[in-house]
Amino acid sequence: MAPLVRIFSKSCRQICRPWGACQAGWRSRSTHPATETSTDQGVVSFPPLQTFSEEESMMKEAVKKYAQERIAPFVSKMDENSAMDQEVLTSLFEQGLMGIEIEPEYNGTGSTFFSSILVIEELAKVDPSVAVLCDIQNTLINTLFSNLGTAAQKEHYLSRLSTDMVGSFCLSEAESGSDAFSLKTRAEKHKDYYIINGSKMWISNAEHAGVFLVMANVDPSAGYKGITCFIVDRDTEGLEIGKKENKLGLRSSSTCPLNFDNVKVPEKNILGQIGHGYKYAIGMLNEGRIGIAAQMLGLAQGCFDNTIPYTRQRKQFGQRIFDFQGMQHQIAHVATQIEAGRLLTYNAARLKEAGRPFIKEACMAKYFTAEVASLTTSKCIEWMGGVGFTKDYPIEKYYRDCKIGTIYEGTTNIQLSTMAKFIDKEYDH
Amino acid sequence: MSGRVLVGVKRVIDYAVKIRVKPDNSCVVTDGVKHSMNPFCEIAVEEAVKMKEKKLIKEVVVVSCGPQQVMETIRTALAMGADRGIHVEVTGKDYENLGPLQVSKIMAALAKKEEALLVILGKQAIDDDCNQTGQMTAALLDWPQGTFASELSMEGDKIKVVREIDGGLETVKINTPAVITADLRLNTPRYATLPNIMKAKKKKIANVKPADLGVDITSRLEVLRVDEPAQREAGVKVETVDDLMARLKEAGRI
Repeated sequence: MAPLVRIFSKSCRQICRPWGACQAGWRSRSTHPATETSTDQGVVSFPPLQTFSEEESMMKEAVKKYAQERIAPFVSKMDENSAMDQEVLTSLFEQGLMGIEIEPEYNGTGSTFFSSILVIEELAKVDPSVAVLCDIQNTLINTLFSNLGTAAQKEHYLSRLSTDMVGSFCLSEAESGSDAFSLKTRAEKHKDYYIINGSKMWISNAEHAGVFLVMANVDPSAGYKGITCFIVDRDTEGLEIGKKENKLGLRSSSTCPLNFDNVKVPEKNILGQIGHGYKYAIGMLNEGRIGIAAQMLGLAQGCFDNTIPYTRQRKQFGQRIFDFQGMQHQIAHVATQIEAGRLLTYNAARLKEAGRPFIKEACMAKYFTAEVASLTTSKCIEWMGGVGFTKDYPIEKYYRDCKIGTIYEGTTNIQLSTMAKFIDKEYDH
Repeated sequence: MSGRVLVGVKRVIDYAVKIRVKPDNSCVVTDGVKHSMNPFCEIAVEEAVKMKEKKLIKEVVVVSCGPQQVMETIRTALAMGADRGIHVEVTGKDYENLGPLQVSKIMAALAKKEEALLVILGKQAIDDDCNQTGQMTAALLDWPQGTFASELSMEGDKIKVVREIDGGLETVKINTPAVITADLRLNTPRYATLPNIMKAKKKKIANVKPADLGVDITSRLEVLRVDEPAQREAGVKVETVDDLMARLKEAGRI
């Protein structure tokens, strides 16, 4: 593993310290350590990955309750109408779920990345569409503004993003998905402003977004090194939001094409530095990946939780269907996969918070949980039998919703290739 | 008068959990079972916070009696908007035997110490369903009480309380300081929003022991046995009235 390689190559005297103790040194530098317990001998023991701080536990409980009472009643209707209910959107802001890591001075909750992950997981158990809205806002939009914004940009946007404004991240185009950096949207410089022309595709949250973070190229001759991130307000002239896609799943999350027709954007609306957009995109997507993993995880768990009670109730041949060995083995297998996905996700999140390398682990978490979600939802329909196939039960929705997990924010193939690159490097010395 | 409201909150087994009795019939299983704030206590906290938002009172102090775990319940109240908490530490056997008489003595002592204008409690706890603590607290303090409140309004230094009683609704006006117990329809408790959960971390929770308040918490009651309700048995259908009479006579009912 990468950290192990680093110790040896530094020829550190601490090689003789056991691996666990080395981890302790790093762990103490993390900003939010999980509560560590000491045994009577005064030895610090390492808590399981599913250990949360009091704050994280309270957040998880609060969101669980809120999701059950304020979102669950709307889920079916939102899916049918392919529309996010305004009340749900408003209550998400009211609960502080749209500005989890934004500081209180900008009206945010002032909490941590791991809290965001727990929130997304809890929301996804009830509705993965609502979870993705919350995920994009927190892990992509808010993070980009917080990390890269000038004082003026932060002042102007962060308090709106935590209070009532949704954001959209615009990278993909009709001709560039995985090959993101071959994007064609062009930004031409004039004096103190830019003119943006082009179009974007598959933009989530677009229906409700008040601000768009648009990746456009200011200098195609420089290739991807011309990609720059522009802040474009919704009401800017020339920005056209197309009709939302009619999707298989995540239907209440709006996904629209965008058209830029001579959209004028002032220079002060550049986020970060010119030509650094590609770096920002990669950086944010590495983190966003963990958010998607949390979404897929919640989806799988929510589907599973809705199915097991049925298997314990339903009787055939004089016994609960849960009691047939064939069923038990399948159920246990799926439960194991979900648990493994959870550990991958939580670990990736904790690594990121600890400031340690996490990209390979984030890819693993996203790739794995998307696969687990597919497996879980497919099996759950089978276990429910005929009723699983009807819209009267929530299971079929989870089945439709999960498929996008292997596609967006980095397809499974891209995740695997990225992981392979890291693995290759690990054996470099 | 301080404009201070004291709210008592109890940590109970969550309402959605299926209760099981220990095999030795000594008590209900609590280990590893989900606990939350008593729903009527949530309503009490909500009412107090609402009064503060309307600027009718100045401070909401929330109190809970029990072991370390009740801190969680106090924090939830703080996240709903209470200003500070008091954890009255009671553990082990004392906690198992803690009942309305002991709690009301503690609440009365604290009400005096904090110079409270009002003490608001839930009408009853969903675990023991005693419906006694509020009334006992008022008696110990010799304060007026407005119990089963479904509506509260301050009128100068008096309080108008609409009470839910068997016959309907009864409106009373009582002097302050007073004890109120909250009934179901008093309000709808708010969710602890995430920003408020964060803010609650900075709020203070004081730790006291019953002895510090001069309260003797020895119980006068001893629980002999706890049993689950009898399983409902199947009924019997009869064809004629004569059959019914015969069966009833047989069962010794008539």
